[in-house]
Amino acid sequence: MAALFKARKALGIAVGCSKRYITQLAELPEMHQMLRQTCRDYADRELAPIAAKLDKEHVFPAKQVRELGEMGVMSVEVPEHLGGAGLDYLAYALAMEEVSRGCASTGVVVSVNNSLYIGPILKFGTEEQKEKWITPFTTGEKVGCFALSEPGNGSDAGAASTTARQEGDEWVLNGTKAWITNSWDASATVVFATTDKNLKHKGISAFLIPMPHPGLSLGKKEDKLGIRASSTANIILEDCRIPLGNLLGSRGMGFKIAMQTLDSGRIGIAAQALGIAQAAMDCAADYAHKRMAFGAPIGKMQAIQFKLADMAVALESSRLLTWKAALLKDAGKPYSKAAAMAKLSASEAATHIAHQSIQVLGGMGYVSDMPAERHYRDARITEIYEGTSEIQRLVIANLVLKEYQV
Amino acid sequence: MGADRGIHVEVTGKDYETLGPLQVSKIMAALAKKEEAKLVILGKQAIDDDCNQTGQMTAALLDWPQGTFASEVTIEGDKMKVVREVDGGLETIKINMPAVVTADLRLNTPRYATLPNIMKAKKKKIASMKPADLGVDLTSRIEILRVDDPPQREAGVKVETVEDLVTKLKETGRI
Repeated sequence: MAALFKARKALGIAVGCSKRYITQLAELPEMHQMLRQTCRDYADRELAPIAAKLDKEHVFPAKQVRELGEMGVMSVEVPEHLGGAGLDYLAYALAMEEVSRGCASTGVVVSVNNSLYIGPILKFGTEEQKEKWITPFTTGEKVGCFALSEPGNGSDAGAASTTARQEGDEWVLNGTKAWITNSWDASATVVFATTDKNLKHKGISAFLIPMPHPGLSLGKKEDKLGIRASSTANIILEDCRIPLGNLLGSRGMGFKIAMQTLDSGRIGIAAQALGIAQAAMDCAADYAHKRMAFGAPIGKMQAIQFKLADMAVALESSRLLTWKAALLKDAGKPYSKAAAMAKLSASEAATHIAHQSIQVLGGMGYVSDMPAERHYRDARITEIYEGTSEIQRLVIANLVLKEYQV
Repeated sequence: MGADRGIHVEVTGKDYETLGPLQVSKIMAALAKKEEAKLVILGKQAIDDDCNQTGQMTAALLDWPQGTFASEVTIEGDKMKVVREVDGGLETIKINMPAVVTADLRLNTPRYATLPNIMKAKKKKIASMKPADLGVDLTSRIEILRVDDPPQREAGVKVETVEDLVTKLKETGRI
């Protein structure tokens, strides 16, 4: 077996970077290491110093998003001829983790633009749609958003009550979408609406709507626990008219588009959770060296040491799951189970690590002088959006049971 | 940060140990001639030896004009305007090209490499050569006599009163 892997790896180098192997989970390829370091340098210098301020003032990091766009981070997987960085999903996962480590809010802006907005258009759009709706969104000048959830349904995505009816050469949309990240800062959105109610979830279609647009209005910005620099609000559609050409994919394909989009979006969110977890871990480990109690740094105490060990194991195992999901996607292999596992593992690790990080810091962890409390608040959402932990468990269980089916 | 290709001049052994501004500037001058460069940009002052000589020597060896400590560089036709950071303030000069410029801290903010460029970096060529290929003699003209560490910090002495302090300072010849 080992010989087979070695031979395949040798072939891989000769052929080029298009194939990934399990051996690369142990250590990233050189190119990806450089990529990771570049994103880390950017996050350390430009994001980490302002993250607390962005969170406190709920300010969208427009300048940083533009700079990330210039680096290619806002469109990692988009081919170069459309203006993107033309890289693989592993590169995207690495970039997401490092950006989120600096600022989790900026991380979600990057993730939604890459995975949820550009993702479905790249996969299901026509060449014309790609040029119109992707290219201007690769530079960081414009960001997009993804409108699936409604006040009446989140996990129950098949119950979309937003409707779209055809009237001559236009679609007319009516309904309300809830919890839409980037809504107040976006220039376009992918919206899911029911075109044929009697077909249930097979009667949902996907549409592209520019923002602002007549008939589309935004609800108030939600006052969230964390990721406060990103905007979250309702999108309200009242006789919103769009050309027929704004249908994404074919009629009735909406549910499939949504599910496949969320599948890959999961890897991005897993990476965001990793970044938050790493930042929380960095904070705790640093404090353990410096804080003196009972005549020694608290890092000398087993209680603290065990916490740090548990944090490190949770973080590293989630990271490997995330990389595995990314590598499988890049290799064109089925990756739904791995992606769900990655998201579940990383988000739960993030909340656990952020929680313990505050514990290590004690009183200092509870005040805004230290970033631990922000990591705690930022981590929490990763268990909820883009598929709750409960949904992830259902997805994983389903796929596991299928493997054992006779 | 966006170079198209690299040239690595390998210096080894004794030559590496005695490598100084004169030797480096000889190599730079030879390369500038070989590559038919119009502009050579170097650092202003290295943090190890603090010499602030390589740029100036390179220009002298090439018999080119120099714009050192540049905080602003503008190409104006076939000439170059250089704003120099000097002790008294800013000096603006106009020099012919080809020229040597040494960069001051204030010249610019380095950009972040874009992700696609990082991926392309591996494929870019770095040509390797030896100083002998450039016909450069690296013999050192200086001999290092000694290198001393700064003196170890010794323990201080505590005194009770100001009078004691003054006495002690006089005793040790400090005042």
